[in-house]
Amino acid sequence: MDWLDNIIKTFLDFDAMWQVFPQLLGVGLVNTLVISIAATVIGVVLGMIVAIMGISPSRWLRVPARIYTDVFRGLPAILTILLIGQGFARMSQQIFGPSPYPLGILALSLIASAYIGEIFRAGIQSVDRGQLEACRALGMSYGKAMRLVVVPQGIRRVLPALVNQFIAIVKDSSLVYFLGLLVSERELFRVGQDAAVLTGNLSPLVMAGLFYLVITVPLTHLVNFFDNRFRTGRRKATPPKSGLDELDEVPPTTPILTGSNT
Amino acid sequence: MTYTSPVPVTDGHFYRGSSLELVDLTMAYGDIEVIRGVSLEVAPGTTTCIIGPSGSGKSTLLRGVNRLHEPKSGQVLLAGDDALRMKPESLRTRVGLVFQHFNLFPDHTALENVALALRNVKGMSRGESLRVAAERLDDVGLGERSDHRPRDLSGGQQQRVAIARALAMEPEVMLFDEATSALDPELVKGVLNLMAGLALRGMTMLVVTHEMGFARKVADQVVFMDEGLVVEAGSPADLFDNPQSPRLQRFLSEVL
Repeated sequence: MDWLDNIIKTFLDFDAMWQVFPQLLGVGLVNTLVISIAATVIGVVLGMIVAIMGISPSRWLRVPARIYTDVFRGLPAILTILLIGQGFARMSQQIFGPSPYPLGILALSLIASAYIGEIFRAGIQSVDRGQLEACRALGMSYGKAMRLVVVPQGIRRVLPALVNQFIAIVKDSSLVYFLGLLVSERELFRVGQDAAVLTGNLSPLVMAGLFYLVITVPLTHLVNFFDNRFRTGRRKATPPKSGLDELDEVPPTTPILTGSNT
Repeated sequence: MTYTSPVPVTDGHFYRGSSLELVDLTMAYGDIEVIRGVSLEVAPGTTTCIIGPSGSGKSTLLRGVNRLHEPKSGQVLLAGDDALRMKPESLRTRVGLVFQHFNLFPDHTALENVALALRNVKGMSRGESLRVAAERLDDVGLGERSDHRPRDLSGGQQQRVAIARALAMEPEVMLFDEATSALDPELVKGVLNLMAGLALRGMTMLVVTHEMGFARKVADQVVFMDEGLVVEAGSPADLFDNPQSPRLQRFLSEVL
């Protein structure tokens, strides 16, 4: 059973896994979460702007939003991260110092915003047109109608898709290591990778993988939960009641309408 | 049937409807003209019912009055003011519209549905808007359901909330776009009664409807439209008992 031993040593070496665990928890997990959450927050803000521009009646807002979305969705994430991370390194150095960390977050945010923008746009456009009309008929401006009524409804519908997007960002955050992070800035993948190289054993990477799964799998199930809840509504069953009851609610102002048609 | 709180017409709320006049109005979707020169006068405090087959332009005409669909040419005069030169938002606060499918805001309670525009368009404080909204819901018999969301209300109740929402803005003219067409039959009368009450209390109303009973009993004027034109207009008795045009005769023979 040599081969089984080999496999266990390569992938499931408990000593190697245990050794890297504190670093994964204290450094890797923290950085992965910081990068992912920051990128998601910025991505949501930018995505909302892109979505609002994308459904604007004005072509001068629509076309740039379209191009932005096409570019950042169309490029491989690694290419965008390298271009942004190295291309703006000098500028970033003056603001944030030598660490490429902020640029990594920025690059991930731009990629995320393109996807999130599409998610928001789809959500907002799925809101019945009558909602906008009702607002406008009451004298609201387009902006007010969108802000107060249409956009909130659209967002609520796409919450599951946003969680999915967050999962994608968590995974993509591993690509930031290409920019060369300081020891204290390493995220899960890099911590696992470094340890794997040191020990000549893949077990630390497997451990890093488990960390990813601990973040993503519960979220996936949260999505399903959300999804079901939105589909079925949280309506409680009510005892049956007769539609005739409500006929008494409207006081008859006059007896004029008691007859049949004509 | 017993009514909990019968309201005699002489009581309480009276409305001050304004006059509404359409002069040679045309409206188009792209190149296709769907309203082809409609002129119409609605005196203050009167009710005009628009009847006609589907596709005749009735709903489009209503949307022209409050400019949800911008007319192509002609005039809309609201209390003599040129409505096509106003800011659309200021026109719409003076003209209420009730939709066939209610279009209530699903994530707001009935009370919030009515209060939302009071706060955000009329600039009322939160407390004031809720107070007025509660009054208007009372007017339509839904005071006790003000905390219900639309999905927990029947179609008839939803439509009455929609009417309360429009009335809360204190419009000078109310437009009804087939307000009872989406309702279960037993709920139609409640909404029609409410509308009749508004008519009797001085509201100016332009009502697109398939309820010929309502048109006959409540309307001061009935307008028969087809293919984007007013084919015939007059008193309910004129139109229903003595239709002149073959088209109206045919239409009435199908719907009555």
